[in-house]
Amino acid sequence: MSLRAPVSSRGRTWFEALAENALPINTGLGSLLVADPTWEGERVRLLVIVPDPQNHFPRARHGELGLEEGWALAHHVRDAIAADSSSPKRAIVAIVDVQSQAYGRLEALLGIHLSLAAAADAYATARTAGHPVVALIVGTALSGGLLAHGDQGHRLLALGAPGVIVHAMRKASAARITRRTVEELDELGKTVIPMAYDIRQFAKLGLLHELIAGIDADAPSAAQIAKVKERIAAAITDIRSNPGDLTSRLDNAEAKVTRAASIEVRRRLAEQWNAP
Amino acid sequence: MTSTIHSDNPITKERRDRFLSRQSVIEMRARERARALLDPGSFREVLNPFDRLEFPWLPLQGIVPESDDGVVVARGQFAGKPAVIMAIEGAFQGGGMGEVSATKIAAALALARRDWESSRPILPVLLLETGGVRLQEANLGEAVVAEIHAEIIALRRHTPVIGVITGMIGCFGGMSIAAGLCSYLVVLPQARLELNGPEVIEQEAGIDELNAGDKHLIWSLMGGEQRYETGFVDALVEDDVKALRQAVQALAERGVRSRHRSEMVEEYRRRLATIDPAAPPDGPALRRMWPREVKS
Repeated sequence: MSLRAPVSSRGRTWFEALAENALPINTGLGSLLVADPTWEGERVRLLVIVPDPQNHFPRARHGELGLEEGWALAHHVRDAIAADSSSPKRAIVAIVDVQSQAYGRLEALLGIHLSLAAAADAYATARTAGHPVVALIVGTALSGGLLAHGDQGHRLLALGAPGVIVHAMRKASAARITRRTVEELDELGKTVIPMAYDIRQFAKLGLLHELIAGIDADAPSAAQIAKVKERIAAAITDIRSNPGDLTSRLDNAEAKVTRAASIEVRRRLAEQWNAP
Repeated sequence: MTSTIHSDNPITKERRDRFLSRQSVIEMRARERARALLDPGSFREVLNPFDRLEFPWLPLQGIVPESDDGVVVARGQFAGKPAVIMAIEGAFQGGGMGEVSATKIAAALALARRDWESSRPILPVLLLETGGVRLQEANLGEAVVAEIHAEIIALRRHTPVIGVITGMIGCFGGMSIAAGLCSYLVVLPQARLELNGPEVIEQEAGIDELNAGDKHLIWSLMGGEQRYETGFVDALVEDDVKALRQAVQALAERGVRSRHRSEMVEEYRRRLATIDPAAPPDGPALRRMWPREVKS
């Protein structure tokens, strides 16, 4: 780990704010911060990916989810599951500010797909083992970054602030792959809701449990931090009484409109599953 | 046809007959693949093209939808036992997962789990031929791919979930994560398995990092044989229906995996620790460093 001052990032800001006085656990990586604060008696494991200019893997130096990050997330989530196997299950909170996955030749060779699968697996395992799992999106949540670190949670929360972005691919790449210009993508995002990069459009898909408005995502005040913590705690309480699974993201007013096709496909597939 | 045959590579009558008797999987479309894998006469498509599903997003973008949205869900028998094949059609939108196509897979996996929970065994097989999330339905495609991940993890406790990657598209993006979560994977040499498509790596990291046009390099990193030799998949078969059926059957018979690849966290962290990114191995070097069997 570096002795230089850490690179600031939203992920680090919110990690430090929410960790309160809990000491960070040594992860062996400058790019993964983990701590176990206790909020009003509720034990929480916080995990966040942050930029590390000295990262061993050069393609993961700007806050990307790289090979080591995926496996390390899996390790630290599973570590909490094992530690709580015969005690009350602590909540697991993924703070999401991820510059997508790392793109590189070595990443391809060494199987970054499996590293991300391991992280997703660990979060899903925590969810089904009885740990409330919450993702708090404070910055960019791009592509594999969110699939591996957040999407397997019971509830997704996001700050309603500029720069909070959820998407399957960075704009420049998405434009190239779909043979469009960035301007065309922006224009399409206004009518085709799933293509939008803006978090308020994303909220219309019914995937978010809550969009927390009125927060300065870069420099939150003490009152704003308290509010975010209170909303996470409320989501944890909600999970403890009604955990559900990922399909609960279909059971809300927004999804009934924008995801009518998902609901219809599920209904009809079930109808036809057994031969008439 | 030429009669000149290189002396190091004699084409014997036996080899020629075997080649000619093969039934190519790569040349089939998704529906034919599902039909060919299932026992003869047992194929029954669930949500077939005459069900007239609605596609909310593609027509808004001037793209003509296909009636099955590029995924075929087929019930039937495999080696005499109930099975469900979820086959992605690579010829439609590069096999990209949109809201409807991904939901068909997620829902089929959920129904298979419900069957197991009611003591009705069923073997799930995924035919993965996909560029990943369909960018025209970006966030919804991704959200449903996350549902697919959750369902594979939930289902593989009951039964092996078998993934097959045939080529020529391969399996990329969020669906490569789905592949990583499967109990067992079968690949053809023509297949590729990787999170990031070569074009995206070139776009994001530059042509010096990866030239997306260099086929030899790309297959040496993520091709079927490379993935088999370094332990990322369980079986490598030639492009033949019979060989594929045999491989799927052999893996199904292994039963539920005691530890899935994506659960072997400490083993893979130890493997990763053997790599020096400043002196990175190439494909052949990695085969020596990371043999097929992952040591626990």
